[in-house]
Amino acid sequence: MRLTTMLLLFATLVILAYFAARRRAIAMAGGHRGIRNLHSLPAHHGYYAALCSALPALLVLALWALVGDRVVMGQVITTLPEPYRSMEASELSLVLNEVRALASGQAMGGERPPELEPVAGRFLALHSASRWLLSAVVLALALAGGALACWTIRPQLRARNRVEAMVKALLIGASTLAVFTTVGILLSVIFEAVRFFGQVPIIDFLFGLEWSPQTALRPDQVGSSGAFGAVPLFAGTLLISAIAMAVAVPIGLMVAIYLSEYAEPRMRALVKPLLEVLAGIPTVVYGYFAALTVAPLLREGGEALGLDVASESALGAGLVMGVMIIPFISSLSDDVINAVPQSLRDGSLALGATTSETTRRVVIPAALPGIVGGVLLAVSRAIGETMIVVMAAGLSARLTVNPLEAVTTVTVQIVTLLVGDQEFDSPKTLAAFALGLVLFIVTLVLNIVALLVVRRYREQYE
Amino acid sequence: MPLDDRSTDRPVIPTTSQRTGGGSGTVGDIHAREPVITVRDCNVHYGDTHALKQVSLDIGRNEVVSLIGPSGCGKSTFIRCLNRMNDTIESARVTGDFRLDGQDIYAKDMDVVLLRARVGMVFQKPNPFPKSIFENVAYGPRIHGLAGSRRQLDDIVYESLERAGLLAEVKDRLDEPGTGLSGGQQQRLCIARAIAVSPDVILMDEPCSALDPIATARIEDLIDELREKYAIAIVTHSMQQAARVSQRTAYFHLGNLVEVGPTEKIFTNPGHKLTEDYVTGRFG
Ligand SMILES: Nc1ncnc2c1ncn2[C@@H]1O[C@H](COP(=O)(O)OP(=O)(O)OP(=O)(O)O)[C@@H](O)[C@H]1O
Ligand SMILES: [Mg+2]
Repeated sequence: MRLTTMLLLFATLVILAYFAARRRAIAMAGGHRGIRNLHSLPAHHGYYAALCSALPALLVLALWALVGDRVVMGQVITTLPEPYRSMEASELSLVLNEVRALASGQAMGGERPPELEPVAGRFLALHSASRWLLSAVVLALALAGGALACWTIRPQLRARNRVEAMVKALLIGASTLAVFTTVGILLSVIFEAVRFFGQVPIIDFLFGLEWSPQTALRPDQVGSSGAFGAVPLFAGTLLISAIAMAVAVPIGLMVAIYLSEYAEPRMRALVKPLLEVLAGIPTVVYGYFAALTVAPLLREGGEALGLDVASESALGAGLVMGVMIIPFISSLSDDVINAVPQSLRDGSLALGATTSETTRRVVIPAALPGIVGGVLLAVSRAIGETMIVVMAAGLSARLTVNPLEAVTTVTVQIVTLLVGDQEFDSPKTLAAFALGLVLFIVTLVLNIVALLVVRRYREQYE
Repeated sequence: MPLDDRSTDRPVIPTTSQRTGGGSGTVGDIHAREPVITVRDCNVHYGDTHALKQVSLDIGRNEVVSLIGPSGCGKSTFIRCLNRMNDTIESARVTGDFRLDGQDIYAKDMDVVLLRARVGMVFQKPNPFPKSIFENVAYGPRIHGLAGSRRQLDDIVYESLERAGLLAEVKDRLDEPGTGLSGGQQQRLCIARAIAVSPDVILMDEPCSALDPIATARIEDLIDELREKYAIAIVTHSMQQAARVSQRTAYFHLGNLVEVGPTEKIFTNPGHKLTEDYVTGRFG
């Protein structure tokens, strides 16, 4: 049975369960008049039956999606001829891929061992059998669940409470899933990072001043060990983020102040959507802009002033990143500035303060915690930003505070370490995970601090 | 323009609206002996709501005018016109002739900042800044550079707090936030803040709505004291308060200024049926 057919049938069953249960509830109550004799409204009985019919079946479906393929493949492996059965796991998976390809009838280049033909047939048979079985189980469960729920309907059945409980469980399930995904990502990064720290001491990594991850292929080559001091990377990240924030914070804040304190409604209606366009530009495009427009401009300008500007400079990347962050800061600040009650502005104006005095002395101080929170969120965005710096900041890990030189950032290095065919157990690739872990911790801390600050601000006015 | 016959026993000076034939038919004398603010034919619209209709009224030196009337009749709207606080409300449209010492309040070249420094205001809802108590009061003097030194600033702040009857309660915690005070304390803080810039005219919108009788008496004493130098308009829902502090009373009803007159006359011998109903408690 096709998967779509099965899902359609399943949905029909669930809907049927809803209507059947509702009718039965009404009938039990003795018609619409008697509804007040029911503990719960007929619709609640309907939802109850629908959930009873849907949830177990969905659970089975989800389980199958997780383990179904593995079960089938396990069966297939047992039927493989001898030389294959004792293969390494990695080779075996290649063979199994061939089996799959054969089964789907794809004519891929190259010879295929003839002894795999029957295996492919066996795989096909198993596959369709498992599909049928799955469909049968799912539909049977849906039917049984719905019928059982309908059968248990009594006027005093607390269907409403049960529906609420099930909905709550569903929602909790969804949020746990999100949390577990985060934890999973974190664990995978930590796992690889720990392997890296097994090869390179953590102190060397965190405090080393030299970064040259190129390990030699043969032990007799020079620089065979590589150097994994992350300080230049973090310094570069910090330098570029600082330039970006130096651009974005004043401009973004001024935009927000203009929009919320000075602009006519018509102007506001024009500027806000424009800023949102700015926020919607993909970062790759900002990257082009930085590399193709801003960098040459800086170079020419630098030459005119007698300065030596590298063609990939921290300044160019930072400036463009700052432009990217402006809408982020301005819209967050605009929100918090607008949340400052009008009565405060009135109080200040009525004392004879000008609009700018009012803004500077009353509105901004009142909104400051929220603005700081927004800026911190923006910082963590700047630190994590990858595309612009990959295209515009360069690759040389130089420890410098001169914004005219090329620097590199943590994210750029992660990308270059992982691009291309890599062995996954060399310190070079593992270093990427260690960098990722540190980056993750830094942005996590920044975000938590930002959220705490923002929350404190909220309490003030609500 | 038919005037109630009870008010014809005294000379009636016609308002401009009466002279021009339009108008709302206010009963009584709208004039002050020594007018500081004069308002003629004031109309305010909020979008489609006609909140004030042809209101004409003077506020004079050394007098307290109390504005009374049912909720939503336009009392706050009226006093907000006098220091142009309605400018901050986008939907508000104000027309009419407003003068402060003969100067057109709504003239193009009127400096709103100076106007508001001269016409101070205490709002209906207390709105202390989220700053310390001291900074709240020091705000106006700082902006207008009224204090030459820290000593002078301290003096202004202490004196203002004292006159608003708040000093005793807060003198040990002047650097705590003003928003942390109780509602009634906040109200007095806002009064202190307004008098700290020594305006010529003070507009008070229900300044005692959250105060206990003792604090109310303190504020009423303050108003009495301020009257010696300034012109004062006070919005109140308490007839007793109006009777105690004001020399003249204006009764508003649904955007109309129904009657103005000496406070005593309004409460004992009102000239209009609506006023009588209101002051005798038969309203609504
Ligand atoms: N900002 C505003 N926008 C629109 N309409 C308003 C606004 N402020 C006041 N109004 C309307 O104008 C009318 C007069 O309001 P106003 O605040 O002057 O009444 P009030 O006499 O001060 O009442 P209260 O005694 O309740 O304070 C009311 O009908 C009110 O709905
Ligand atoms: Mg009011």
